[in-house]
Amino acid sequence: MADSRYFDSASSEPLHPAARDTLLAALEHGYADPRRLHDQARNSRLMLENAREVIANCLAVRADEVTFTPSGTHAVHLGVLGLLAARTRTSDLLVHSAVEHSSVVHAGRWHEARGGRVARIEVDATGRVQPGLPDEPVGVIALQSANHEVGTLQPVAEVAASTDAPLFTDACASAGRVALPEGWAAAAVSAHKWGGPAGVGALLVRKGTRWRNPFPGDDRVDEHGTGFENVPAALAAAAALQAVVAEREETAAHQAALIDEIRAEVARTVPDVEVVGDPDDRLPHLVTFSCLYVDGEALVGELNRRGFSIASGSACTSSALEPSHVLAAMGVLTHGNVRLSLTRDATREDVAAFLAALPDVVRDLRAEAGL
Amino acid sequence: MNGTDGAPGAQEWLELDCRQMRCPAPIIELARHIGDVAVGQLIGVAATDVAARIDVPAWCRMRGHEYAGEATADDGVPVFLVRRTDAR
Repeated sequence: MADSRYFDSASSEPLHPAARDTLLAALEHGYADPRRLHDQARNSRLMLENAREVIANCLAVRADEVTFTPSGTHAVHLGVLGLLAARTRTSDLLVHSAVEHSSVVHAGRWHEARGGRVARIEVDATGRVQPGLPDEPVGVIALQSANHEVGTLQPVAEVAASTDAPLFTDACASAGRVALPEGWAAAAVSAHKWGGPAGVGALLVRKGTRWRNPFPGDDRVDEHGTGFENVPAALAAAAALQAVVAEREETAAHQAALIDEIRAEVARTVPDVEVVGDPDDRLPHLVTFSCLYVDGEALVGELNRRGFSIASGSACTSSALEPSHVLAAMGVLTHGNVRLSLTRDATREDVAAFLAALPDVVRDLRAEAGL
Repeated sequence: MNGTDGAPGAQEWLELDCRQMRCPAPIIELARHIGDVAVGQLIGVAATDVAARIDVPAWCRMRGHEYAGEATADDGVPVFLVRRTDAR
C-alpha cells in the first residue's frame, strides 16, 4: 500500500499532522466529564470550550452556535429534524434538493414515516438546483453548500433569501475548504472530511433560530447536544480545521489547478467520457467523470490494482446496486463512474501518474467487453 | 419486431432483451445493435436494471442519437426507445 495514491479525500481526508499531535496530547488529559466541578472536569471543559471556540472562529460563527455531535450524519439529522420540529404549526413540508447527501434523504424518510411531507427541488445537468419552491408554506429547506459527488456549489444564500422558511445547509463536503455560505439557519459539518478524526461532527444553529430536539435529548450543558462529548477528538478536529483554514487559499488554488488539468486531460485522452459537475463554480478538490461501456466496479478494482484509490457512484459499486441518486438527478451517465478527490498534499506527479494510467485501463476494460 | 398492440399510429421497434443484465451490459448491447436498424428507425432496450433509465438517454446524448421515450413490454418491463440518427 506504500505506493498507493489516495484520491478519495471527499470520503475521508487523512488525519492532519496538527490533529495527530493535539489528539495524542489531549488523550492524556481530556477524559473527565466536562459537567463536573472538580479539577479534572475543569480541564476537560476548558479543552472542549477551546475546541468550540476554535471551530466557531474558523467557520465564522459564534461559539454558542456550535454543538459537537458523534458524526456529520447525526448533525444533519439533528439540524433538519430539529428545525422541522420547531415549525409544526407553520408547515410539515421538508423541501430538499434532489442531490443531497443520503443523510438528508434518510432524515426526510424518517420525517415522512412520522406523517410529514417531503418535496424535491430538481437540478440542472451540472447538479445545481433550479429556482422555484413549492407554492405553499414550507417547513424547512435543506440545501447543501456544495455537492459531495460532483463538487458543484449551490446558491444557498439566494435560495434562503427567496423564502421565509429556515434553511438547513449540509456543509460536510465544503467545510474547511471554502467559507460557509450565507443565509442558513442551521448547518452540519464533519471533521474527518477536513483532516480531523472520525467521530466528530458539529451542528451549527444560528442564534435566534427556533429549534427543538427531535430526539429524546439529554441534560448536557448544551441543549442541542446528546451524550458525553469526545473531548480529545473535538480538540484534534479543531486543530486540524485551524491548520487547513490557515492554508486554505493556497491549498484550494493548488487543487483547483490540478482538477482543471484532470478535467481537460480526461476529456482529451479517453474517448466517450463525460466529465460532470460545474467546471468553474465548484469545490476545489474533486472531479467526477463517467466512461461509457465500462463497469464501475471493475474500473475501481483495476485502478486500485495499479495503485490509485478512487470512489465511484456506479450502481455496481453500491451496496443497494442502485446508481448514485446524484448522477441520476443530473441525468448523466451512471456507469463507469469515477470520483477523484485530492488530499491537501496531493502532487502534480500523483495526478500525472493517474492521467497516464487511465486511458489504458479504460481501453482494456472496453476490450474485455468486446468493444 | 415489437410494437404497441396494433393501435393506429403504433410504432415498431427492434427489441433488445436486456432483462437481468446489470450496468453497463444493456448499454453495450445497445451500442452493438444500433446498426441493426435503419436511420430514423427505433430500437428498444428492455431492461430491469434501474440504471438503464438514466444511462440510455445519456448514451443517446453522448453518441448523437435521439432518445424516444419509454414503453412497457408485455411482462411489465420498461423498454427504453432510441431512434437512430445518421450521427455516427
